[in-house]
Amino acid sequence: MPMKREITEKLIQKLFMLIAMASITVLFLIMIFIFKEGFPIFKTVSINEFIFGHYWYPTSEPPDFGIFTLIAASVLVTVLSAVLSIPLGVMTAVYLAEIATKKVSEIAKPVVELLAALPSVVIGFFGMVVVAPFLQEVFKIPTGLNLFNAALMLAFMSIPTICSISEDALYSVPVALKEASMALGATHLETILRVILPASISGISTAVILGMSRAIGETMVVLMVAGGAAALPESIFDPVRPMPASIASEIAEAPVGGEHYFALFAIGIVLFIFTLFFNVVADHIAYKYKQIGEASL
Amino acid sequence: MKKAIIIFLIGAGLFITNVAFGANLVIKGSTTVLPIAQKAVEAFMSQHPDVKISLSGGGSGNGIKAIIDGTTDIANASRFIKGKEVKLAHEKGVYPVPFAVAYDSIIPVVHRSNKISNLTLGQLKDIYNGKIKNFNEIGGRNLEIVIISRDTSSGTYETWSKKVMKKERVTPRAQVMASNGSIVQAVSNNKHAIGYIGIGYLNDNIKPLRVNGIEGNEATTLNGTFPISRPLFMFTKGWPKGDTLNFINFMLNPEKGQKYVKESGYVRLY
Repeated sequence: MPMKREITEKLIQKLFMLIAMASITVLFLIMIFIFKEGFPIFKTVSINEFIFGHYWYPTSEPPDFGIFTLIAASVLVTVLSAVLSIPLGVMTAVYLAEIATKKVSEIAKPVVELLAALPSVVIGFFGMVVVAPFLQEVFKIPTGLNLFNAALMLAFMSIPTICSISEDALYSVPVALKEASMALGATHLETILRVILPASISGISTAVILGMSRAIGETMVVLMVAGGAAALPESIFDPVRPMPASIASEIAEAPVGGEHYFALFAIGIVLFIFTLFFNVVADHIAYKYKQIGEASL
Repeated sequence: MKKAIIIFLIGAGLFITNVAFGANLVIKGSTTVLPIAQKAVEAFMSQHPDVKISLSGGGSGNGIKAIIDGTTDIANASRFIKGKEVKLAHEKGVYPVPFAVAYDSIIPVVHRSNKISNLTLGQLKDIYNGKIKNFNEIGGRNLEIVIISRDTSSGTYETWSKKVMKKERVTPRAQVMASNGSIVQAVSNNKHAIGYIGIGYLNDNIKPLRVNGIEGNEATTLNGTFPISRPLFMFTKGWPKGDTLNFINFMLNPEKGQKYVKESGYVRLY
């Protein structure tokens, strides 16, 4: 009998390993595919010209494959959305974890998470039809489809990510820390600012970075509301063209195996490196500032 | 990133199925003709279940090249065959035969409240290359112009860049939309906007402009007076036979293929 149990155990272990390997293999193959399809563009243009070129005219004669304006657009949209979403997300998390009564947080939390469940195309549609005319009216600007609108919509999308991961981090702060702080006479606010937030900073940083990496890879929203002009913006109300929008709108009609096709995959590589970077940083912070027990604060 | 990967995968999937599909009729070429061909092919295949058609884009040049190389039965093209290509074809003993299947007509549009109703080709070009920045420079109200263009791989953009821009580049400041529909949406909501769309997408929420004093409609497209229009072709390898002939006949039939020309937003032959 013990023999049989051991065999079952082994089999199940193998099965799980196989399942884990399957998703890793698929991911790895996708990566190879992107690199394989993207690299040929560097026979036509140098990496330098590709990254720092200011003109993106993939189909004109002769074509220009400079994606600097696209990278700048992605970075600016992500940073601006982070500026909007980090305070909102973290403060919501603090409220839900520390201040709100149980009843309120039982209602508020699912609502915030529902925001994450909204399909991005719906958010994009909302930005296009409701927010764009509103911005245009309020700020007296020529177009509502711009950097600011895109950042606003992306902030909507990253708030739930930031909020729920931060909240988990806040919850995992040992109760003893909080109690000690209160016992020393600190007010609730002081406890939150001086003890709980610093203690959960690694979790919050991870939350912020995952939120940003969601924003930089988001396609549908930026395709619909960013305006799509491949030029460096002069203000936050100028239209921009982030990388995912370019790929999504052009890949369908780029001839397979042509320069344009390769260039779009190369943009994919750049995007991949960006998200990889975000994830590595998040991992590093989570590891380095890990709160172990109560002594290390 | 996840979305980007999904798009890559879908793209890759499409390309693979195109290659792997064992078809007995292959159609390739212009992306401008693609929507018409798509609808026509679907209808044709449901009427002739025994005929399998493989349809793909790739551009007019690639389509005609495929006719010359013998890798396709029909090449879709948004332009006529070039002299160089004819010569190349004859050297290989191939005689491409053109069939005009539809007309493509691109109409510049503005917001309904815009006073401007007519622009010359030159003015349109100067707006789109960024020289004219305000509607008051061309007799309109004092409104900064928001230029709305199409993504560079679309057939609509291709027509616009040939007929209006004359190979000059559209300013990078222009907003880029991914479809005719989103241009209509953007222009109908914005007093500052100017855009261009295929004739089939015109509706009451936007104001079409006359070009060089000529209104863009089916009649002016067919008699050739509207300047931003062009015929769309299907080329066959020699005079069509068998299934190729059946499909071309289907395409040119006013009750059948031509119906889909209008549905796809183009101008039918008759």
